[in-house]
Amino acid sequence: MTLRATVAELVREFRASGRIVIVGASLAGLRAAETLREEGFTGSLTIIGDEPYEPYDRPPLSKQVLKGWVPADHTKLPRMREVDADWRLGVAATGLDRATKRVRLADGEQVPYDRLLIATGTRARQWPNPTEAALQGVHTIRSRDDAEQLQKALAEPPSRVVVIGAGFIGSEVASVCRELGIPVTVVERGSAPLVGALGGVIGEIAAQIQRDHGVDLRCGLGVSSLEGDSGGHVRRAHLSDGTTVDADVVVASLGSIRNVEWLEGSGLAAGFWGVGCDAGGRAFDINGVVTDSIYVAGDVARAPHVLYEYQFLAMEHWDNAVLGAEVAAHNMVNLEPHYRPHLLLPGFWSGQFGVNIKSVGVPPFGDEIVFTQGSVEERRFAAAYGHRGRIVAAVTFDHGKWLEYYGKLIEQSGPFPPPPPGWDQPPDMKPMPAEFPDPRVPTAVPDVVLTGHAPSERTAEFRPRRH
Amino acid sequence: MRIVVDLNRCQGYAQCVYLAHEVFRLNGQEALTYEPNPDDERRLQVERAAAACPVQAIVIARVDGAEGSATS
Ligand SMILES: Cc1cc2nc3c(=O)[nH]c(=O)nc-3n(C[C@H](O)[C@H](O)[C@H](O)COP(=O)(O)OP(=O)(O)OC[C@H]3O[C@@H](n4cnc5c(N)ncnc54)[C@H](O)[C@@H]3O)c2cc1C
Ligand code: SF4
Repeated sequence: MTLRATVAELVREFRASGRIVIVGASLAGLRAAETLREEGFTGSLTIIGDEPYEPYDRPPLSKQVLKGWVPADHTKLPRMREVDADWRLGVAATGLDRATKRVRLADGEQVPYDRLLIATGTRARQWPNPTEAALQGVHTIRSRDDAEQLQKALAEPPSRVVVIGAGFIGSEVASVCRELGIPVTVVERGSAPLVGALGGVIGEIAAQIQRDHGVDLRCGLGVSSLEGDSGGHVRRAHLSDGTTVDADVVVASLGSIRNVEWLEGSGLAAGFWGVGCDAGGRAFDINGVVTDSIYVAGDVARAPHVLYEYQFLAMEHWDNAVLGAEVAAHNMVNLEPHYRPHLLLPGFWSGQFGVNIKSVGVPPFGDEIVFTQGSVEERRFAAAYGHRGRIVAAVTFDHGKWLEYYGKLIEQSGPFPPPPPGWDQPPDMKPMPAEFPDPRVPTAVPDVVLTGHAPSERTAEFRPRRH
Repeated sequence: MRIVVDLNRCQGYAQCVYLAHEVFRLNGQEALTYEPNPDDERRLQVERAAAACPVQAIVIARVDGAEGSATS
């Protein structure tokens, strides 16, 4: 047999009877499983998830679920096809042994794999003081259970809610509180809401919208401690300026932590920003060498992006989980030259205070911004972000139909400021600084993170060891 | 039945809201929210809404979900 025929035979055999394990039974895990079957993989498939539930959708949790319209258990994801998997739900993966190709589980069992997909996502960063975090009435929101508990607490209703951190999720919680008529104080360390994700110019508009809706917004401030009553229920938040706010529900929305601890000792490039991988989802080992059998997708993955100077991007976005999983799954059952890249133009939506906020591209990569359509006064506009004369991102407030137009320009590395779309132009189209905070200033973590060094920056010093 | 709307695609045309207002709602001018697990009685309505969506953003389960649930 020729080498080529042997390789083709091996691929055929792997598709027929290989063993694939997926760790993380959520959006990315499910979509990967469906894609594997779609691509003709008929071998054994095991899906490991530490939550007791079948894969469910998270975006509704901070929106229609909190509001009380949709019960938390209604969020199970639709199945596009049978995946015929061995589901191991309610049990965490605790270790990975790459030498023997086994995943260790919390119940002591070990699951062997030929190919592994890591889709363990992120978890909510808890309030840092454990005693205070354990007070009744202190919530975070990531899971179905979290949303269910917070929804119940909001239905009481509380006399006041304090939201710590005004990123997307914190802002959505504040919005729901106002829709329910609950007084709410939002405390944000940065200069404005959404400032990490969209910069200070847009953040100022978001701040105005919050205030117009009756949010008691305190920016440039932190919560220094939480105080409980004798029954162990939270009653008060102490702020860094010495003031206090009485509240019986506190929501910590302090960004997220990537679920990589179980990979310790595995020799993979796993760390604070997630698991490093190539654009095809193949995980890197600690030396930056690509592995053949381990893949990553979803919130836990970080990969270099050709549009953003090959910096590593970690994206906590719904469509990144869906499309990244599809690409990883495809590559798991194919060989070069049939690999596909996951070169998604990041996209995000958020509904808050009756405004549809959408973005495309990577706003924090830009340093300038220009309003290109609509009217800021009417809270209905589009704005583009630029970096060194090219457009790198766009954001719309109630102007979602135009996002595609900007997406195309970004994909083509179009000029900044972009050509006027010829419709609905604001009188003043002058670029201005986008006002992103210094990345070292603590604020709600943005949901797309540039985690690499720009090649021109040379901020890292590297001394190769000599033997 | 289970559905999910790809809100990256959704452009807020509100066709779905006209056709199945118990399932799809606009919050403000164009922020769509929806019931991801509508009653089976609404299936026809939801299917019509999905067919009418100009950007095909509404995804309906093709198989029932409970297949292969928890083993532990
Ligand atoms: C409240 C909320 C609102 C959101 N709103 C939006 C929005 O409006 N727009 C948008 O684009 N995105 C939104 N997102 C983000 C979106 O939900 C995520 O990008 C998406 O869920 C990522 O999917 P994933 O499968 O990569 O990770 P996850 O959904 O985090 O799933 C990972 C799974 O792996 C499990 N796991 C972790 N460690 C282990 C282990 N060791 N062993 C076994 N299992 C493990 C976790 O418990 C979890 O079930 C929102 C997220 C939240 C929480
Ligand atoms: S019809 Fe489609 S695009 Fe219009 S609001 Fe519904 S889901 Fe969105």
